[in-house]
Amino acid sequence: MIDNQPKENSQEKIKYTAKDFTSSQDVRWCPGCGDYSILAQVQRTSPDLGFKKENVVWVSGIGCSSRFPYYMDTYGIHGIHGRAPAIATGVKVNNPNLDVWVATGDGDLLSIGGNHFIHACRRNVDIKILLFNNKIYGLTKGQYSPTSEKGKKTKSTPFGSVDFPFNPLSLALGAEATFVARSLDRDPKHLQAIIKRASEHAGTAFIEIYQNCNIFNDGAFELYTEKDTKPDNVVFLEHGKPMIFGKNQDKGIKLEGLNPKVVDLANGEASVNDLWIHDEFDESPARAFILAQFTENENMPLPVGVFRQIKRSTYDKDFHEQIERIKKVKGEGDLKKLLFAGNMWTVN
Amino acid sequence: MKVGKEVLELSDVTVRFAGDSGDGMQLTGTQFTNTTALVGNDLSTLPDYPAEIRAPVGTTYGVSGFQLHFSSSDIQTPGDSPDILVAMNPAALKVNVKDLKHNAAIIININSFDARNLKLAGYDTNPLEDGSLEGYNVVQVPLSQQTSKALEDSGLSAKEISRCKNFFALGMMYWLYSRPIEPTLKWIKDKFKDTPLLAAANEKALLAGYYFGENTELFTTRYQVEPAKLPKGIYRNISGNEALAIGFVTASVKSGLPLFLGSYPITPASDILHELSKHKNFGVRTFQAEDEIAAITSAIGAAFSGALAITTTSGPGVALKTEAIGLAVMTELPLIIIDVQRGGPSTGLPTKTEQSDLQQAINGRNGEAPVVVIAACTPADCFNMALEAARLATKYMVPVLYLSDGYIANGSEPWKIPEPDSIPGIEVKFRTEKEGFAPYMRDENLARPWAIPGTAGLEHRIGGLEKSNVSGNVSYDPENHEFMVRLRAQKVKNIENDIPELEVTGDIDADVLVIGWGGTYGSITEAVSRARRNGGRVAQAHFKYLNPFPKNTGEVLNKYKHIICAELNMGQLAKFLKSEYLVDIDSFTKIQGLPFKSSEIEKKIETVIGGYSK
Amino acid sequence: MADQIIETKEIKLTAKDFATDQDVRWCPGCGDYSILAQVQRSFPDLVGIKKENIVWISGIGCSSRFPYYMNTYGFHSIHGRAPAIATGVKVSRPELSVWVAAGDGDLLSIGGNHFIHACRKNVDLKVLLFNNRIYGLTKGQYSPTSEKGKITKTSPYGSVDYPFNPAALALGSNATFVARSLDRDTKHLQEMIRRAAAHKGLAFLEIFQNCSIFNDGAFDILTDKKTKDDNVLVLEHGKPMLFGANKDKGIIMDGAKPKAVEIGEGKHRIEDVLVHDEFDESPLLATLLAHMTDDPSMPTPIGVFRQVTKSTYDGDVEEQITSVTSKKGEGDLEKVLFTGSTWEVN
Repeated sequence: MIDNQPKENSQEKIKYTAKDFTSSQDVRWCPGCGDYSILAQVQRTSPDLGFKKENVVWVSGIGCSSRFPYYMDTYGIHGIHGRAPAIATGVKVNNPNLDVWVATGDGDLLSIGGNHFIHACRRNVDIKILLFNNKIYGLTKGQYSPTSEKGKKTKSTPFGSVDFPFNPLSLALGAEATFVARSLDRDPKHLQAIIKRASEHAGTAFIEIYQNCNIFNDGAFELYTEKDTKPDNVVFLEHGKPMIFGKNQDKGIKLEGLNPKVVDLANGEASVNDLWIHDEFDESPARAFILAQFTENENMPLPVGVFRQIKRSTYDKDFHEQIERIKKVKGEGDLKKLLFAGNMWTVN
Repeated sequence: MKVGKEVLELSDVTVRFAGDSGDGMQLTGTQFTNTTALVGNDLSTLPDYPAEIRAPVGTTYGVSGFQLHFSSSDIQTPGDSPDILVAMNPAALKVNVKDLKHNAAIIININSFDARNLKLAGYDTNPLEDGSLEGYNVVQVPLSQQTSKALEDSGLSAKEISRCKNFFALGMMYWLYSRPIEPTLKWIKDKFKDTPLLAAANEKALLAGYYFGENTELFTTRYQVEPAKLPKGIYRNISGNEALAIGFVTASVKSGLPLFLGSYPITPASDILHELSKHKNFGVRTFQAEDEIAAITSAIGAAFSGALAITTTSGPGVALKTEAIGLAVMTELPLIIIDVQRGGPSTGLPTKTEQSDLQQAINGRNGEAPVVVIAACTPADCFNMALEAARLATKYMVPVLYLSDGYIANGSEPWKIPEPDSIPGIEVKFRTEKEGFAPYMRDENLARPWAIPGTAGLEHRIGGLEKSNVSGNVSYDPENHEFMVRLRAQKVKNIENDIPELEVTGDIDADVLVIGWGGTYGSITEAVSRARRNGGRVAQAHFKYLNPFPKNTGEVLNKYKHIICAELNMGQLAKFLKSEYLVDIDSFTKIQGLPFKSSEIEKKIETVIGGYSK
Repeated sequence: MADQIIETKEIKLTAKDFATDQDVRWCPGCGDYSILAQVQRSFPDLVGIKKENIVWISGIGCSSRFPYYMNTYGFHSIHGRAPAIATGVKVSRPELSVWVAAGDGDLLSIGGNHFIHACRKNVDLKVLLFNNRIYGLTKGQYSPTSEKGKITKTSPYGSVDYPFNPAALALGSNATFVARSLDRDTKHLQEMIRRAAAHKGLAFLEIFQNCSIFNDGAFDILTDKKTKDDNVLVLEHGKPMLFGANKDKGIIMDGAKPKAVEIGEGKHRIEDVLVHDEFDESPLLATLLAHMTDDPSMPTPIGVFRQVTKSTYDGDVEEQITSVTSKKGEGDLEKVLFTGSTWEVN
């Protein structure tokens, strides 16, 4: 570990504002891009996250969203395509006192960077991954991505894609992720709350953010963000609360065995007591997996919120604890002992 | 035409359209190009995109440009400095004014020169008023206002109307350079056939621009450029990426092999993937892979099973494919890796051109891993080299690394279309004969047989471990390893007998030779011919085969007292030639993400010669 | 290029027909021998698959030597890339039967990305994971399936990595066929190989395989006669999930969580025991089964966790080519070359 690591409480806590996290660079996303909102919510939330600005590192890969670090007045690395989780792992493992965040897109994280993503999840490295999922390649001008729906017509699939997409949350859960959440670019309050939750989690925190690309995939998430359709199509997950949604809060979700079902609360089909009570902290990933699969079923609303948050030691912490433990057992490393070892002989 | 306007005959003109990335400048440039091609001029184009998809309106980094050089005679480049600039806003003026010829005309959309846009462009004072444009012929046109006026009854929103202003500009330029408007009118009709309101509006804007040129006093002169005397034939305008893509479709037909493309989106190569994905009726299989490595390894799998297998990428992608190229070398499979070079290192300058991957192409692998390296030299040449890549890869069972670059990939030129029947076939034979078969037996070219799965009795195993010659069994034998390393090298080296010799043009007996490779061909050729017109004596030779080099390379290089090697890198070809042939080479380089201007090379020639003796 | 395939008369092949002249060079006692034997024994029974149409692809690792020992077409490639090469073979030639032999380091560490993408695309490949939870060829480093705390050459004080659960990862990647078997349960393994071959789409078969040198005995509890019955749950479609020497233990659902209980008088009723449904469209049951592996209170399931029908990537590519060709006509070079705005110079 490096010597000049920031010491806790070495100075008075400073109260930041969103502006303190705004860099001097002009933001160069297309006007109307959902990335603007995500940036704004991160900047608004950052002062409340209790970390020191100088300890924050934003890491990204390549893609529109990967420009993110340039716009945050913190430390930042705009890396190479797909490698952000691996670079971030190096930063965090080297210095666990840093707050390491990854900004990435669906092509970056799930296509070329899929392997680093699943390995970061299983290792539970204490990094926060924000997936800007717009279901398209933007920077290279509109090819389908691994989250694009099958049959999507794009520049590289003029007759429709023949790929089944990933379900990013199922994949993260399958890869043992300890914190899995979803939010929407156009729901600033919710997004802020989820960013805060991710920040508080010790371990890999994965947030999928539905983000509109108004140039190449405009309106992909309208159903979930427009006032008139949102209430009937989005269910907000809250720990310990029954799953209720709908314009009049008249629909609920019931779990019959392993099968989720939408029930009507107004016509007496079911009562609030029958509903699935959300448990974020369930050790088993089964229920979170059921929730993740909602998007594969057109009868189910889109769940947003924290799907799962469990406690597990983090890779970076275990890593350093092991070093400390061995130092205790074997003593601090002694260069002389290292060099003058094995069978030695003296020549006079 | 109105009486009183003078028509001036010009031999060649360079125009540049510039505006916000949302202003439709690429479209305007392409339309002007297509019409110019139909008129019969020779031409060359240079699009210049910003790295951002759609940067904030009015900023300099959001400026998109399109340059076109057209002429009544044969031309090689998109022109060094524009004769005329169409600037849709202050940012477009700011970015482009420094490139213009002295005395150039600047057509300005005066409606966009308000305080806000000036500030966005970073102007402290209005350049139209502060005298900074002195020496230019500035024509101020109320382009936005005129478009709005023309379309006030169109039924479109103000935003939609504003989007039509590029057609107004195009109409004006058509008038100014005496181009017909019919081809664009027809294009509008086809393009907007489902949105008649937009079709009508764009048509009206185009006509309004044309009449504006005719009726106003802003332009006193109009210009005419006579058709060029090109060889007889049917022509189309073609970009390098397009030519490369249909080149491989042609190679597929000519070889009888189904085409397989494994690719991952990357600038500036993605257009090849887009183009090839359209040709499914040729049986073309385009596989958009999860990453660069899967893109090439899927192509290796396809090659193993009998496809004409290619993978397209740019420099960062080649870096990721490195290990797999080594596998193709070891398994001796025909595989074509296309590198559309861009500015590096790392992510570098994705939308800008460079020739800095030559070392990577020739040497960038672990172990002794020779591959054939070739390069296309103009947009249309990308077609020819695709056929050549396929021929060499399949004949010698060897990977071919094909270098293009952002400049020729996105640039375009008229292309005399070859009759399909006149294109020579590519002979490919799969091994079917059981008798005497061994996976690493050799033919007269040292190529091993291509025995594809599905052929009964030829079941065999290949892989990345060292092979025993003939049997193909895994072998760690020291002598065999040395033998195989040398054999693979010899196989590639022998190809020098099967490629054209290095051709010298210009003053063959001059003291000075200018060489280059790939996409700089146009700039160098133009520079050499200008130098010669100005009284300089100079010869030229251009490399398209970089590994192996043409057989006569040493002989050519040894003939000249002074060799200038012009490259868009730090002198990579010069280094190879120096070490291979022990000749002195004057490396002339540029690493700005931009192509050479012919004038830059010409100046270098002049300096070397010590002034022209006209 | 179907016309390349030479028609031959059906001859009943034997295991021997699939053996090559190469000496098998795995360590004596390696589980790979059994897997090779079961593949060679089951292949003659694969219906409608000709030997010359079979291609084995591997990456790098001990198990990746596999293609050398199968007398079919084979490709021993580079580390981790087998699923991508196999995808290229299959998409290029859908009529071939394409098999991947891979280890846990090869498939799940360096090749993880290709694996999850092949799963989601449902490319019609058969992927056999030789999971020995260790790096063998490089002589004993921990792998992404090694248990946390494992002491190896690269983790002398114990690894600090949580492992992958390969079946859960495959299910999270939407795999359509997920199964597990054991190197030492030869009958079961043969059956699973046949089931994988019969599946249309990506078939993922995890095989617990003993590395007698670097991780000996890792699966003893599942393969030893004494402990096997109490620790292995053999999944059968439509049958209750029972285990134990006398089938007196079973799996019931406790809410959304499975639980191992005793069955019988005064205990749990057999009617409450979970019935296995391989063909459940939802991957939930299969996911629960996959996670039972992590839970020391549960037996380890083997068998087919899930098998669902979904169109395959290669099939869809083929179909698209056919449909575009029927709409646009066979590719005509003349049309492609002389397209767009052309003009004639006389």
